[in-house]
Amino acid sequence: MLMPRLIPCLLLSRGGLVKTLRFKAPKYVGDPINAVRIFNEKEVDELMVLDIDASREGRGPDFAMIEQIAGECFMPLCYGGGVRSAADAKQLFAAGVEKICLQSAFFERPEIAREIADHAGEQAVVVSIDVERSWRGTTRIRQPGRGRSPFPDWQTALVEAARMGAGEVMLTNADRDGTLAGIDIALVREGSVLVDVPLIAAGGANSLDNVREVVAAGASAVAAGSFFVFYGPHRAVLITYPRYDQVRALWQAAA
Amino acid sequence: MDVTIIDAGIGNIRSVVRMFEEVDAEAELASDPAEAADARRLVLPGVGAFDAGMAALNQRGWREMLDRLALERKIPVLGICLGMQLLCRGSEEGAAAGLGWIGADVRRIDTGGNPRLKLPHMGWAEVRPARANPLIVDNGELPRFYHVHKYRVVCDDPADVIGTAAYGTSFTSAVQHGNIYGVQFHPEKSHKFGMVLMRRFAELPC
Repeated sequence: MLMPRLIPCLLLSRGGLVKTLRFKAPKYVGDPINAVRIFNEKEVDELMVLDIDASREGRGPDFAMIEQIAGECFMPLCYGGGVRSAADAKQLFAAGVEKICLQSAFFERPEIAREIADHAGEQAVVVSIDVERSWRGTTRIRQPGRGRSPFPDWQTALVEAARMGAGEVMLTNADRDGTLAGIDIALVREGSVLVDVPLIAAGGANSLDNVREVVAAGASAVAAGSFFVFYGPHRAVLITYPRYDQVRALWQAAA
Repeated sequence: MDVTIIDAGIGNIRSVVRMFEEVDAEAELASDPAEAADARRLVLPGVGAFDAGMAALNQRGWREMLDRLALERKIPVLGICLGMQLLCRGSEEGAAAGLGWIGADVRRIDTGGNPRLKLPHMGWAEVRPARANPLIVDNGELPRFYHVHKYRVVCDDPADVIGTAAYGTSFTSAVQHGNIYGVQFHPEKSHKFGMVLMRRFAELPC
């Protein structure tokens, strides 16, 4: 039985845990260490922590906080935000992180993926690509930061990421971030056949049914924020995660 | 010290230390072979390519110390991930000779021709105990562990297999040959199932 991963993706901003809507309007949802502790107790498959201020503010990772987070994780931990060099990555691995998620740095200097992979292995490198759709439904790459994208389109960026040593790629439809509108299945279908490495689909996950569809479309894992931190129509903050027997039944039925 | 962890620069050892702490086992790091001379139990963690792993062990003079501890003193040894593969004769991934402590070769994962199954196999898999053994136990709930690998161990003697999992096809996920143990997965990143395994290893008679 194949067991695709369900990955809570937590966003750090100003020392707190936040959740965004279409990458904007960060809403405070709690204390990061406390949230990580709860996700650990819920035995999540893997955890992703992204510092959404670091690159924008031109600073590096908050190593002390990451070390504290890693100390609470008895599952794989992926960190992203402000990683600029293989030396940064090395310090993160020493802090107890298993994987580094790259975005801004990859767009500025794609070779950084290879440099980290050479030191820590390709399984330790995730490259994250964001996509948005125009009103006509056509897709285009969402360029992080300023400057020109070195890639003409997201498809090229994805292929290049895998070629440059990413052991995994993450593909997010930015328009769906925080909306609970369901993951963009067409995007996943198109992206997953472009690369041989596992693809993490993100942006809008809203149910186990949606997760099943996304996996059927070719994703090896699903990352989500709102799905795991909000509850009910009023988006009350409540950390939830499906029980193992529920997920197991889902994959057994799919197989 | 209950456990000595080999820090040969080929694995992320931090979480291994952390997990032993969590299960109240005393663990120390050995970054030089001499520091492992009095080890009672040995853990060999590793990630990355097979040849790079063997080169690290051969270059730093680890090889002689490891052979002495595993083959002469016969203390319990646990290879994790690449560390498990290094226990074998060799790997399809490279040209280097392995430690050769287990009659086994390392081959690429056979996904059974399913194009959906990407490599590396990265994720959780239930591990079924293949025979009675101290590490992989089914206490009414099959243990599940976090795997990250492109290659798998193929044993000559099926009796050396203590746990199997599946990714397209069934593969050997845990081995034991006498005092030598190996797990393809990462117990240090596998919640309570990993804790049980690490605790059990730290309590093996030595």
